[in-house]
Amino acid sequence: MTTVSERRETEFEDNDQKPVGFGRMLRKEDARLLRGRGRFVDDVQLPGMLHLAILRSPFAHASIVSIDTSAAEASPGVKAVVTGETLKGLGLAWMPTLSNDVQAVLATDKVRFQGQEVAFVVAEDRYQARDALELIDVEYDVLEPVIDVRKALEPDAPVIRTDLDGKTNNHVFDWETGDEEETNRVFAEADVIVKEDIVYPRVHPAPMETCGSVADFDPVEGKLRLWSTTQAPHAHRTLYAIVAGLPEHKIQVIAPDIGGGFGNKVPIYPGYVHSIVGSIVTGKPVKWMEDRSENLISTGFARDYIMRAEIAATRAGKILAIRTNVLADHGAFNGTAAPVKYPAGFFGVFTGSYDLKAAHCKMTAVYTNKAPGGVAYACSFRITEAVYLVERIVDALSYELRMDPAELRLKNFIQPEQFPYTTKTGWVYDSGDYEPTMRLAMEMAGYEDLRKEQALKRAKGELMGIGIAFFTEAVGAGPRKNMDILGLGMADGCELRVHPTGKAVVRLSVKTQGQGHETTFAQIIAEELGIPPADIDVVHGDTDNTPFGLGTYGSRSTPVSGAAAALVARKVRDKAKLIASAMLEVSVADLDWVKGVFQVKGDPGKSVTIQDIAMRAHGAGDLPDGMEGGLEAQICYNPSNLTYPHGAYICVVDIDPGTAEVKVRRFIAVDDCGTRINPMIIEGQVHGGLTDGVGMALMEMISFDEDGNCLGASLMDYLIPTALEVPDWETGFTVTPSPHHPIGAKGIGESATVGSPPAIVNAVVDALKPFGVRHADMPLTPSRVWDAMRGQATPPI
Amino acid sequence: MQVPAPFEYERATSVDQAIGLLERLGNSARLVAGGHSLLPMMKLRLANFEYLIDINDLHGELGYIRLGAGEVRIGAMTRHRELLESDALAEVFPIFRDAERVIADPIVRNRGTLGGSLCQADPSEDLSAVCTTLDASCVIRGPRNTERVVSMEEFHVGPYETAVADNEILTEIRIPVKPYASGSAYAKVERRAGDWAVVSAGAAIWLDAAGRIADARVGLAAVGPNTTGIPEISAALRGQEPAEALYELAGAIAARTCDPVTDTRGSADYKRHLADELTRRTLRTAVSRARS
Ligand SMILES: Cc1cc2nc3c(=O)[nH]c(=O)nc-3n(C[C@H](O)[C@H](O)[C@H](O)COP(=O)(O)OP(=O)(O)OC[C@H]3O[C@@H](n4cnc5c(N)ncnc54)[C@H](O)[C@@H]3O)c2cc1C
Repeated sequence: MTTVSERRETEFEDNDQKPVGFGRMLRKEDARLLRGRGRFVDDVQLPGMLHLAILRSPFAHASIVSIDTSAAEASPGVKAVVTGETLKGLGLAWMPTLSNDVQAVLATDKVRFQGQEVAFVVAEDRYQARDALELIDVEYDVLEPVIDVRKALEPDAPVIRTDLDGKTNNHVFDWETGDEEETNRVFAEADVIVKEDIVYPRVHPAPMETCGSVADFDPVEGKLRLWSTTQAPHAHRTLYAIVAGLPEHKIQVIAPDIGGGFGNKVPIYPGYVHSIVGSIVTGKPVKWMEDRSENLISTGFARDYIMRAEIAATRAGKILAIRTNVLADHGAFNGTAAPVKYPAGFFGVFTGSYDLKAAHCKMTAVYTNKAPGGVAYACSFRITEAVYLVERIVDALSYELRMDPAELRLKNFIQPEQFPYTTKTGWVYDSGDYEPTMRLAMEMAGYEDLRKEQALKRAKGELMGIGIAFFTEAVGAGPRKNMDILGLGMADGCELRVHPTGKAVVRLSVKTQGQGHETTFAQIIAEELGIPPADIDVVHGDTDNTPFGLGTYGSRSTPVSGAAAALVARKVRDKAKLIASAMLEVSVADLDWVKGVFQVKGDPGKSVTIQDIAMRAHGAGDLPDGMEGGLEAQICYNPSNLTYPHGAYICVVDIDPGTAEVKVRRFIAVDDCGTRINPMIIEGQVHGGLTDGVGMALMEMISFDEDGNCLGASLMDYLIPTALEVPDWETGFTVTPSPHHPIGAKGIGESATVGSPPAIVNAVVDALKPFGVRHADMPLTPSRVWDAMRGQATPPI
Repeated sequence: MQVPAPFEYERATSVDQAIGLLERLGNSARLVAGGHSLLPMMKLRLANFEYLIDINDLHGELGYIRLGAGEVRIGAMTRHRELLESDALAEVFPIFRDAERVIADPIVRNRGTLGGSLCQADPSEDLSAVCTTLDASCVIRGPRNTERVVSMEEFHVGPYETAVADNEILTEIRIPVKPYASGSAYAKVERRAGDWAVVSAGAAIWLDAAGRIADARVGLAAVGPNTTGIPEISAALRGQEPAEALYELAGAIAARTCDPVTDTRGSADYKRHLADELTRRTLRTAVSRARS
């Protein structure tokens, strides 16, 4: 395995190259998106279309005594008012969640979180629908809510899930990984043990486009067409078939342009089902588009882990073991998006990038009266929490050992020759070469000089911090023998058809939400077949026109579907080779492939292009004996393992000692995602993720008051960062290909979201070292930093 | 998309016509200026009005910054952006530019107005603190050409409540220009650009020929009413030589007399600390500006 590393000085000079294959090029979809020609769910207009609005619970926990809809039904333009009772009659009041729990489509017995769906109105326009909501009279009997997650399992805590047979507490699951006995033994013998309580607060994906759908049920054909904001159109179609009892071939799910997902658009929300029911009931197309507050209070949140972390090491700085105890807040329904055998997602990678002797984790998940979710929010299934845990506790260890955090990490890395490396929690890291990545980041940062500058500043009472995070991710779920979502294996299909003139169409099961699939996948095909990306149409997001697969989240598109695309192209190339040998009248063994052209060995002048071959495949000329015409192939790719991208991030912050405001001065991100398909797109993904990390580290949190009112119900209260909070990102890369992926690519979609929060928090904590601060929880708002400076850091929940 | 409840809408063609409409429609009507406070509340259905009277066409009549000998007059429809960009205003009262740089974002500043900011009477509102710092007074016009002038203190009735009656319009802000070397400054701590203040503070200093403080005023936002000055600070500073110890004293008074609450923006303790810290900082800047 070779590792190359490079730091690009001139990021933009060659953006408009037109590579036939991998390389920097502008995104094909941007011509449409930047000119306002994108077509999003809310752009869908159908003749006679009605509009739907949802009445939501003002209380976190309350019994529904009665609902009177008569005034709403009489309101102008109203076509239907539907309550939980109506749905109960249809057997549709409850639906399965992605974690084999159930969730109310409309509340029947009681409401379990503020913002829960209680009734919906379908009317001629969205104003009438919204006005009618105010005329629905619901009588509630308010119950005591469970808001403090730490008290959810107390014996006298109110039981939230009275709908579940025999449920007498708020327990969701216990989960364990690693070897407890061995870990305790290693801890008992360690020189140094550092313990820290670490909270990863509840945050929200907050995509620019909120969730919504347009359902159009044709009673004559019995066919349902559903435009919806979904990252996983095929998985959704199958689930609708199961929930609604509609035959799968009579359901077409269309995900048009999607304005950001970040995991928010993985689950099926009640609103989607409402629009389907609304269309069936009224016989008209029905549009539902939630507003910003609805998105923030009711759709899938992420994180919400309270973690006790302990690390054991020798005095010399050899890390021996990590153990952790986690309390996970899953909200009112367990809607975690993760492969079913992984209730805690891939949290098991909390052992990080280090060669440990032992590790153990125990987790308890509970219900609370908060919105359900636990989506893979740019976090590849809880890896964000895992990486935060290990990178924070390693820093706490470096504090105790008085050892430079870079040095401590370098001392403990898994070595290149140890790959494939099986961690103490059973994950098989495919490839990695960590030290060069770390060294490159340090070199780009000018690490030694930064430390010198910090020393000078400290002497003057100025607060400067340098934070490091080194992460290993596990992405590209996943091998179907142990990874499925509600029984659907996590493999992905791909179909490729080369047209007679040598242009092509590739059909994917995954779905872009802004990641640039239409470019990246065209480049993968281009690299394999030598057809320019501009000549390749990438079709995705429509279940009637694409092969089955589980969709885009958890950085899985390139590791899974990208592999499928490469392999389907190779299948086409194999057939093309047979045709070329017939055309050139030589045996296949005498052909050389030079991107896009087969040429005769030793006589390169004798050659045919892939375009020539495509015409022959569809033309009237001879084909090899027994060969059918056409030039196309299909495949379903089942990955043999996950891929494990890694990266080294260094953050420099300055803190105003008077106001405790944190300014991120510099951020250096060196990512290794294996083979790089389009470096510009990779950098874009990294820039976005880093910005997201600034948000989580410094300002974002969905919090609740003691009655369960959500305090982050608008973007005035739930802050997301702007260009003014972020520095000019300094990116670099190393390349350690994945050995089992056909082109060696790993995922990049979430690396930066995973890696940046610990780097920023570590930098802030480092800046506060003069105050004796070893840990402070996110979000590091000025007020919370000021508390930490006075030795009064508190957890945010 | 969040949608407001039904309402009727009319564009006013003159101040008097707007007042006539207000008089006729009573408290079922509201004026809309930039709309950046009113419309979000209506979309969230926290405020529902039957009628909106749009006064944006009155920008010609009420959008101005006039520098007179003893007074600066600013029309109520003057937009944030105009306050930000006016060099003449920055020359006399640099506090305006300081504040406008940290109020909201360019989109809001393009539309939001001085009058709307004051009439919204949000305790976190920055321009109220600026006007308080500068000892401004507010000109309120009512039916039949009646006009009254009230101080910032009188203008304030309570959070989100002002002295402007249902049938009145705020037309102008008047700021005295005192015959001294003056300096003013504004500072704000926010969790993110464009966010409302965790705390902000304004300070204005007038120095006599001997370089002593002839008058000094401090105004705070987001720690209780932003329309009451802090007379104790003015009293403590008047007649003194500017000095760091004096700023510290002023900061301590600010922290002691303000009335913050703990919320998602920060703890009450922290806000008190900021009232102190920002008072000191703005006084320091104001003095150095007065001297230059
Ligand atoms: C995203 C965002 C961020 C913001 N950040 C800040 C900030 O950091 N600091 C800050 O101080 N402000 C901030 N604001 C508030 C903004 O400054 C105010 O919305 C704006 O200045 C109010 O003025 P307006 O012209 O938009 O008022 P409108 O919304 O039109 O009106 C507000 C109220 O004043 C009344 N009114 C308006 N003009 C008059 C008049 N002449 N006479 C009588 N009554 C009148 C209206 O009837 C209404 O009740 C922010 C707003 C937004 C949307």
